[in-house]
Amino acid sequence: MKNENINHNQDYKYGFTTDIESIKAPKGLSEKTIRFISKIKKEPKWMLDWRLKAFNRLKFLKEPDWQKPKFPKIDYQDLYYYSAPKGMTDKPKNLNEVDPKLIETYNKLGIPLNEQKKLSGVAVDAVFDSVSVATTFKDELTKKGIIFCPISEAIQKHSDLVKKYLGSVIPISDHYFATLNSAVFTDGSFVYIPPNTRCPMELSTYFRINASETGQFERTLIIADKGSYVSYLEGCTAPMRDENQLHAANVELIALDDAEIKYSTVQNWYPGDKNGVGGIYNFVTKRGACRGKNSKISWTQVETGSAITWKYPSCILQGDNSIGEFYSIAITNNHQKADTGTKMIHLGKNTKSKIISKGISAGKADNTYRGLVDIGRKALNSRNYTQCDSLLMGNKCGAHTVPYIKNKNSSSTIEHEATTSKINEEQLFYCNQRGLDQEEAVSLIVNGFCKDVLQQLPMEFAVEAQKLVGISLEGSVG
Amino acid sequence: MLEIKNLTASINNRDILKGLNISIKPGELHAIMGPNGSGKSTLANVLSGKNGYKISGEIRYEGKDLKEMSVDKRAQKGIFLAFQYPIEIPGVNTNNFLKTSLNKVRKARGEKEIDTMSFLKLLKEKSSELGIDEKMMSRQLNLGFSGGEKKKNEILQMKILKPNFVILDETDSGLDIDALKIVANGVNSYRDKKKSFLVITHYQRLLDYIKPDFVHVLSDGKIVKSGCMELAEELEKKGYNKIK
Repeated sequence: MKNENINHNQDYKYGFTTDIESIKAPKGLSEKTIRFISKIKKEPKWMLDWRLKAFNRLKFLKEPDWQKPKFPKIDYQDLYYYSAPKGMTDKPKNLNEVDPKLIETYNKLGIPLNEQKKLSGVAVDAVFDSVSVATTFKDELTKKGIIFCPISEAIQKHSDLVKKYLGSVIPISDHYFATLNSAVFTDGSFVYIPPNTRCPMELSTYFRINASETGQFERTLIIADKGSYVSYLEGCTAPMRDENQLHAANVELIALDDAEIKYSTVQNWYPGDKNGVGGIYNFVTKRGACRGKNSKISWTQVETGSAITWKYPSCILQGDNSIGEFYSIAITNNHQKADTGTKMIHLGKNTKSKIISKGISAGKADNTYRGLVDIGRKALNSRNYTQCDSLLMGNKCGAHTVPYIKNKNSSSTIEHEATTSKINEEQLFYCNQRGLDQEEAVSLIVNGFCKDVLQQLPMEFAVEAQKLVGISLEGSVG
Repeated sequence: MLEIKNLTASINNRDILKGLNISIKPGELHAIMGPNGSGKSTLANVLSGKNGYKISGEIRYEGKDLKEMSVDKRAQKGIFLAFQYPIEIPGVNTNNFLKTSLNKVRKARGEKEIDTMSFLKLLKEKSSELGIDEKMMSRQLNLGFSGGEKKKNEILQMKILKPNFVILDETDSGLDIDALKIVANGVNSYRDKKKSFLVITHYQRLLDYIKPDFVHVLSDGKIVKSGCMELAEELEKKGYNKIK
């Protein structure tokens, strides 16, 4: 294998910008900005108070610095915290009122919003910068009592639910970025599945950052009431820009008795160019609470984009017999950095968790798995199984595994397996000898390596994810 | 079909092939025999284009210079190597691998992609000829296959990809007598006037089932003797040391 990378331009096909006039909050982070956001979203007073409480708390917090990827100081006063296409201040009632430029943007991204063309079996909420543009299949879901809408709409219309659950998994005063999000979050999705209801289709949110110098702070809240089931998928892209843009989202999941939430992410934010200029800082807090007995939360993530990815989708296993799962593929190429993993906090009896992590590192990239398994004193007969595999391509990249394991009772078991390997020259030769070119061979081998995780994705997205795995590694083997 | 003139190959400054000449015409089956370390597998690797070798001399395949051609292009042009140690690729379904491979080769030949139904039919037909359990095809590529299964899988791939020039690199090693017969029958049924073979082996055993047109003895990077089947028999009796 030649170790230097081919210097051909990596093709990020979502790198275009939509030229659209937008309304922005005054630049910088201040009480004024927060009041602006709250006002433009027509929020009730309790919501504004909640935001201000977070903002006051933020003044005493510092950015965490224990993670492996370091980043230059972010000037929080030099960012816009709200940006929305003009005419979106009031959410349009139907697609005819939506600016055709936006519809076209989503068409280009492969997410048609039109009634005729919309993805079958998948309801989509499309978030553009700080606002939700459109939500499909709303009527069909409403018939079953399912609420799937932008969180800004839920704050107005389903105030009780939001008030009850918002911040109940990620407290207002969590770490710096989560608190920042609580103060300035703009939009995101809200999902409520009523008791004993199986959501008949995949719910999906597609996040798009368009405006420059703008941070995206989305907030997602999903509640699966007793005995319900929902599968939710988020996708993300952003234009190619030389500046680094901040994306600090909070996602909270709550599963009550016998409920199950399956949350899948295909993250393809702009990763920066091959010299490491530009790209998204993806600092995300995702946490799920298995609050009820026999509940289950399963995270699946395919992380291929962003300059820096820093996230640990976690499960708090409170209910007895509850189950937490984390399936992850993190691919880093060129100068990308990822520090990702999960936290499994076992509190209830007979709780189970499973962690399957596949890290692939190429170019000069750095990939860290960091995970916590914490089995509490009362979490008797609990189990965890962790498997972390790393694959290295070339000899300028890094892979690290940092597991933290705590077991506070004697009836529980924890298993941890980890492997690190280099992409095998003989495997590539074998594939080449059967007519596959170098990139097809890499894609095939890496997809094989990731199979255990890919098969967790909903069918509609698995094929796309497989392609993405191949594309992300283009040019990584000479 | 294949014309090799004064071929030398070295790896990490170690000379392995030291001026090798061989000419293979369509329809011919040539056997290369030789002791360990004589350069047999290097020859197979160099012909299929594996990276890492420094090469001089001439290799012409169907009139074209092979040296500049990448491994996958050679494969697409009909050069097939049955590996001595078929490689395991975890997570990759044998079935899908073979279909992907076939479609690459078909595309290069200007044929259209095969659809799944036709492929499965073809696969069923060819695997039953080789006594391969169909279940094997839905397992991960070569993973946990027995030695015999791996070698049969190589022959199956040959029959499906339909190459013009086949290199068998010690395909007989590690096979019991039943598996050896199946593999040999697989090769024999694929022989015709247009296809050529280079069979690399240590032992005469395989050649009892696959009758070669020519036998060459490779020693220290050169062909030191060529002949017919009798040469193989002589080797088996006297050992390599006596033939120099």
